[in-house]
Amino acid sequence: MAEVRVERLVKAYGAARALDEVTLDFPDGGFFGLLGPSGSGKTTLLRAIAGFVLPDTGRVFIGGEPVENVPVEHREIGMVFQNYALFPNMTVEENVAFGLHVRKTGAAETAKRVKEALDLVQLGHLAARKTHQLSGGQRQRVAMARAIVTRPRVLLLDEPLSALDKALRVDMQIELKRIQREVGITTIFVTHDQEEALTLSDRIGILKDGKLVRHGPPREVYDDPRNPFTAQFLGDANLIEGKPEPEGLRLSDGTLLPGLKGPTIAVRPESLKLDTTEPAAPFRLRARLQQRIFGGAMGTCIIDWQGRPLKAVGRDADFRGLPDAGDVWLSWPRESTIEFAAKA
Amino acid sequence: MAGTIAGQDRRKAFMLLSPAYLWLTVAVFLPLSAMAYFSFLSEVPFDGRDWHFTIANYRAFFETGTYATLLWKSLKLGLVVTAVSVVIGFPCAYVLAKVVKGRAREALFLLVILPFWSNSLVRIFSWAIVLRGNGVLDRAVNAVLPWDVKLNLMFSPTAIVIGLVHSYLPYVILTSYLALQAIDDSLIEAARSLGAKRRTILWRLILPLAAPGIIAGAVLIFVPVVGSFMEPRLLGGRLGTYYGTVIEDQFVAVFNWPLGAALSFILLAVVLAILAAASPVLKRAAT
Ligand SMILES: Nc1ncnc2c1ncn2[C@@H]1O[C@H](COP(=O)(O)OP(=O)(O)OP(=O)(O)O)[C@@H](O)[C@H]1O
Ligand SMILES: [Mg+2]
Repeated sequence: MAEVRVERLVKAYGAARALDEVTLDFPDGGFFGLLGPSGSGKTTLLRAIAGFVLPDTGRVFIGGEPVENVPVEHREIGMVFQNYALFPNMTVEENVAFGLHVRKTGAAETAKRVKEALDLVQLGHLAARKTHQLSGGQRQRVAMARAIVTRPRVLLLDEPLSALDKALRVDMQIELKRIQREVGITTIFVTHDQEEALTLSDRIGILKDGKLVRHGPPREVYDDPRNPFTAQFLGDANLIEGKPEPEGLRLSDGTLLPGLKGPTIAVRPESLKLDTTEPAAPFRLRARLQQRIFGGAMGTCIIDWQGRPLKAVGRDADFRGLPDAGDVWLSWPRESTIEFAAKA
Repeated sequence: MAGTIAGQDRRKAFMLLSPAYLWLTVAVFLPLSAMAYFSFLSEVPFDGRDWHFTIANYRAFFETGTYATLLWKSLKLGLVVTAVSVVIGFPCAYVLAKVVKGRAREALFLLVILPFWSNSLVRIFSWAIVLRGNGVLDRAVNAVLPWDVKLNLMFSPTAIVIGLVHSYLPYVILTSYLALQAIDDSLIEAARSLGAKRRTILWRLILPLAAPGIIAGAVLIFVPVVGSFMEPRLLGGRLGTYYGTVIEDQFVAVFNWPLGAALSFILLAVVLAILAAASPVLKRAAT
């Protein structure tokens, strides 16, 4: 177990930079979620830590030691691949034992640790199966057991749940978190699914075009995204632009939002309130309700403000009394306004 | 009606398959049965010669030790050529499948296939030019080495093995290549992440997974090499008497087709018996 640090990591493919000066700390024993749109460099970062990608410049530390010159097989990592990469010529048990055989662990010790690992992922009863006789969720567990049985210093997971269907994915998220907590390995987890990242991680990092745009504990990043990209990528956000004036932010329809600096602010869809009569709140806009979408417990309203689509979500009860379409007032409390630093 | 649809399907299937059956009948079954028939005759039934049914041709194999000795020699040749081909071919296939990419791969493939496209006689005679005393190889070696060596591989078992390996190498390269291509790179990466070195990955992962392809290639080589006659004759000279050349003699030189046919069937039986005996081992390696 060890902390991981990458420092000013750069990896270019031709002219494009898959990683652009990424500096990031992954605390010891923590669960770190890496998020970002497709092609943003998540896999590249993970593979650079694993040693499959050699960075052009920059440094990688595992447990405080630089590892740029350490080949993959000596980095003592555990990795779970998106397709699980189980060895098809071996049984479940042999798959899990592989890393121990490679380390020439004694037979008794190997048997004991394989059993422990399989019990941890609750697959003890399938030890003798061949891997092609397993379901997707079971394969995922075998891959986990195989990756942790060698007690690696860091566990790297590249979208390990993306091949599973929604229900199983939620089960496996809970399972993954439980296993990680029991073993206490520093875990770095790549995912497309922001909800997954928010639920599982102690810390998250958001990548865009190879750059790290924001990182920190999930709640902190969510509440204070610091840049419009993060605000929109993590959760959902309505971006509102205007001209800064001494008294506040002047919007294109003439509304003044007193005390805000701008030029861009964001409001979460769940913070927007809709009314047919003018509300007393200082931050309010005149807009057109275009569509109400019923979604079970939660509903969504699609709103048009100055030709820009905005979104509000809430319990269906919150939207009671609104017309299906028509002019409405939008308002939100001052404390749920998201402001960005002058330069994002 | 299900019955009629099934009937139509069957008719359609039969029509689609009939060319294949026809081909099998004409190209495989007829000649084979003709040969089987010949093998039980005392004489070739041409030119109004006297002939009768006999098993003397099969007895001949067992009555003199010569045929069995030659068959043993041919089987050993088959083993050696197969082994050499696998040892050379598998690394080639590995490089093709896992190391080179793009253009270079296409070019290398062409080189591998080339022996297939050249006439076998031309191929063998080119080897003769290379291997004979004062030939290309002899001169090249002497040009490089400071001392004098006499290098004449022509008319030796080595020459036969070289010629046969060259002819049949593409089989094992192609079958191994296909098997190696099917191995996902992430398996190799997973093994490396678990701490495995190249050797371990080769022995525990790549060889077991590629085994079906290697075995298929080995069988494709072994069977024809045991019965081969052209390479032994042209590159082996006086030493080039093998089971295959004896069979060829019966058909071409001494015109004893019945004996040649009987020897061929014995060869077929022996090869099938070997493959059957080896199949449990091969099957285990292939799973
Ligand atoms: N081997 C490679 N050769 C060339 N370009 C590459 C290579 N690997 C990655 N890239 C490029 O680097 C960028 C980052 O790729 P990466 O796989 O890290 O993205 P990602 O964030 O994992 O995306 P996804 O969510 O789709 O998996 C992409 O633009 C990709 O095209
Ligand atoms: Mg990726």
